[in-house]
Amino acid sequence: MSADNNVIISVKDLKKHYNDGEVKALDGVTTDIKKGEVVVVIGPSGSGKSTFLRSLNLLERPTGGTITFDGNDIMSPATDINKLRQKMGMVFQHFNLFPHLTILRNMTIAPMKLHGLSKEEAEKKALALLERVGLADRANAYPSQLSGGQKQRIAIVRALAMDPEVMLFDEPTSALDPEMVGEVLEVMKNLAKAGMTMVCVTHEMGFAREVGTRVVFMDCGRIIEENTPEQIFTNPQNERLQAFLQKVL
Amino acid sequence: MSGKKTNKSKIRNTLIVTGVIAVAALAAYILLFMPMNNVPSWISNIRDAFYASAFYSDFENNFITDNRYTYLLKGLGVTFEVTFFAVLLGIVLGVIVALVRSSYDTLKEELRGFGKGILYFFYKLCGVYLTVIRGTPVVVQLMIIYFVIFASSNNKVMVAVLAFGINSGAYVAEIIRGGIMSIDKGQFEAGRSLGFGYVRTMAFIIIPQAFKTVLPALANEFIVLIKETSVSGYVGLQELTKGGDIIRSRTYSAFMPLIAVAVIYLVIVMFFSWLVSLLERRLKNSER
Ligand SMILES: Nc1ncnc2c1ncn2[C@@H]1O[C@H](COP(=O)(O)OP(=O)(O)O)[C@@H](O)[C@H]1O
Ligand SMILES: [Mg+2]
Repeated sequence: MSADNNVIISVKDLKKHYNDGEVKALDGVTTDIKKGEVVVVIGPSGSGKSTFLRSLNLLERPTGGTITFDGNDIMSPATDINKLRQKMGMVFQHFNLFPHLTILRNMTIAPMKLHGLSKEEAEKKALALLERVGLADRANAYPSQLSGGQKQRIAIVRALAMDPEVMLFDEPTSALDPEMVGEVLEVMKNLAKAGMTMVCVTHEMGFAREVGTRVVFMDCGRIIEENTPEQIFTNPQNERLQAFLQKVL
Repeated sequence: MSGKKTNKSKIRNTLIVTGVIAVAALAAYILLFMPMNNVPSWISNIRDAFYASAFYSDFENNFITDNRYTYLLKGLGVTFEVTFFAVLLGIVLGVIVALVRSSYDTLKEELRGFGKGILYFFYKLCGVYLTVIRGTPVVVQLMIIYFVIFASSNNKVMVAVLAFGINSGAYVAEIIRGGIMSIDKGQFEAGRSLGFGYVRTMAFIIIPQAFKTVLPALANEFIVLIKETSVSGYVGLQELTKGGDIIRSRTYSAFMPLIAVAVIYLVIVMFFSWLVSLLERRLKNSER
């Protein structure tokens, strides 16, 4: 559909209004996300970053505009949103691990029920992923027995177990104690290196600069400026972005 | 913290009362009934005095003559039978109603057209059920089911199970709905973001967690129903209370049979309350 067939998610004039337009969480957002990109979304609190991210897999239902994923209009009634969501992993600020299931079960339940993997296949895959984030020894623990950093690493590999094409991160390190931020960013960095397409809402400017391929600055429900990290951090154009960077850097 | 304290003192009170009843019963048995080779004279004096007392003749008249105690025993059996099946029916109804109500609340934005219409219809239907059942006395519901709806049937146990099950379902529905709503919204979102549909997210993620939090409340519903079924005498069902009342009408003495009925309820309720408090503690300890 798109001229550039590397585009995986295409967002056009996306709007999300509350209370009959009184609150405009998103006020016309247009952008394309290409395969292999690591898009870092920054902006002040309440600027619509979460709403934007959560619209991409329809956890939030936009009130206007279109989103296409792999060329499919995700809001069309003909689209099976559950199928699409399987291709978009999501990581939340508060982890949202399933507390009644072991780590292993957290990671195997979706591949088994949705991809039809056998228990052995799913567990083998889960263990390989756990190995990758250094948590193989916690496979049979319950989420309540883990630290915040461990929980978030598990949440990431739980999403990866579904072999997603895109990973969405909504402030994955904001609920963590400072000493645990690094271990989670490390996992995300390795994921980016491995070529995963990622959209990350984060306040970690170091991560944005080092790992991002593009930084998107949002304010008041709009994209104000987007550019390479290099340009955004050394040569910001918009004065709101300049003010924002002044505060966070 | 205060919740923990009240729970502890509840357990302690239960233990004390149970202990006192048990010791008293044992002492009475040893002094009055236990077969002995050589009955010591002070015990045989007590026994003579006991068998000659008005208390004993009253006791004999109410419970032993014509095997009248069987009214209580059989009645107790019926009380348990009705309560057990009514609780099961109540849980089934309650789960269905709770799921319909909360799924409409969550899905009303996502669904369109025909599916939404159907769900809305059942949502409203459940609303009517809750309003009517919780807005009228259970005795009246029982009598309507017996004398109006099943006027031709004489299966009183079935009628009572239906009446108390349908009644309990309305309360269980609210318990379960509360349980579902108590689960963090992030759990639901995590399930959906993995690709699970609404039904599977509920089944694999939400319900197992909600069920755990409402388990004590459901067990309590059983205790409530044991007592509520005592009005079944209105349709002539011979459960525990009616059993005691029949003895009263035969012997014209009210004290013994009614106190006996009360003590039996009390012991049962205390026993099950104790089980529930154990359950609560276990669930609290396995906080996951
Ligand atoms: N349910 C809602 N009702 C009304 N306003 C909302 C609702 N959810 C979010 N908003 C508003 O939308 C705006 C964007 O929120 P959000 O996307 O969470 O911002 P961010 O993630 O950038 O902090 C905020 O002003 C917020 O108050
Ligand atoms: Mg946010």
